[in-house]
Amino acid sequence: MKKNIFMRKFVGGFAENKDIAKKMRVEKVMPTLLKHDEVVFDFDGVSGATQSFIHALVSDPIRKFGSTALDNLFYKNANDDIQEIISIVYRYMQESLDSETYEE
Amino acid sequence: MKVFLSNQGNLRNFKGFVESLVLSSPDTLEITTHDKWVTVHPANLVLVAALAIQAGKEKTEIIGKVPDTGRYLDRMGLYELTKTPSPFMYCKKEESGRFVPIKIIKTADDQSRFIIDMIPLLHLSEKNATVVKYIVGELVRNVLEHAFAKNGAVVAAQYYKKTNRVSIGICDTGIGIWKSLQTHWHPGTDIDAIKLAITPGITGTTRREGGTAENAGAGLFFIKSIAKTTRNYFVIYSGNGEYTLLKHKKRIKGMPRLYADPNRDPHSEVATAPNFPGTLVAVDISLDETSEFNDLLSSIGDVYDRAIRERRRVRYRMPKFI
Repeated sequence: MKKNIFMRKFVGGFAENKDIAKKMRVEKVMPTLLKHDEVVFDFDGVSGATQSFIHALVSDPIRKFGSTALDNLFYKNANDDIQEIISIVYRYMQESLDSETYEE
Repeated sequence: MKVFLSNQGNLRNFKGFVESLVLSSPDTLEITTHDKWVTVHPANLVLVAALAIQAGKEKTEIIGKVPDTGRYLDRMGLYELTKTPSPFMYCKKEESGRFVPIKIIKTADDQSRFIIDMIPLLHLSEKNATVVKYIVGELVRNVLEHAFAKNGAVVAAQYYKKTNRVSIGICDTGIGIWKSLQTHWHPGTDIDAIKLAITPGITGTTRREGGTAENAGAGLFFIKSIAKTTRNYFVIYSGNGEYTLLKHKKRIKGMPRLYADPNRDPHSEVATAPNFPGTLVAVDISLDETSEFNDLLSSIGDVYDRAIRERRRVRYRMPKFI
């Protein structure tokens, strides 16, 4: 099963509102991954996104579901800027996944 | 409190502006200006506006002779925050294409609306609009999320046609950076806290690498890096600390090298500035110097990754050679 999320409908032309990212993550992304289904984020009509927004959207799924998230999250119609930001978040999340925690 | 707006209000001289502030008696605010010429950067403006909002309109006044160039203070909305009536009579020009007057943002929805509204005011191309939206989006969100500022974020911006530059200032009178990092990072001083806040991967919400579900500690580092790459100033002022990223010299060719450690960047710092109860962040962006935004992000992302790897490596256990 695939869940398509049309980003423009939620974020408008620029994705910066982390409250919306969190709501999407909690209400759509996590439950879909829990069922091992796929999520397709469609960025058609979205010109940009902040790193904070993308982090709030996908970092927790990557941390909690690991390779299931990496295998099952897809990004459609993302322009070069958005692709770069998503790639940055993927890189540093995977860097941090196997690191020891700093938590005291 | 007393603030003097000089004829040299730009980020290069921000340190001098900070050192001239008198921030005792927070219940009243007196604003004076240079008597012949006044120039303000959005950074100066939002700081004065934030202090004025904190003191209250009835206890804020602009005193002494204000030169004709002080009309700009009126256009940017400063007089509306004071009990002093504007002495300027003029035909208000169309705002579009020049500046974003002082705005107060208190919620995420306010922020989204502001980002949509500000771009037509600055008349930017789509490419340049992305950079400006990015910066404002990250900085305002920081205030809403970490500053606990009941008066919200005070924002202003100015486009300078001659130099094709956008200047942005964002200020709050919340808890300040030192306090927001206390729980997990225990910075000694305000300037230590500022440097931690602009180090990649450091967030006030956790010590865990990769951050929490909502925070990664990347926002300010990205903004500082955008300023450095576009060869501009970047300023943070909070508590007694002030950090100015100095302009990367134009004669040095190629993309400026980015560092995770803010001490390695050419900068000036003050550890004993007048104690400002809140945080100010300001940045200049030269639109001529903005290369493809994704290339810029890619370079910044590489430094961010490297910083995380290096921090991990520090914690590796070493072999015991005997």
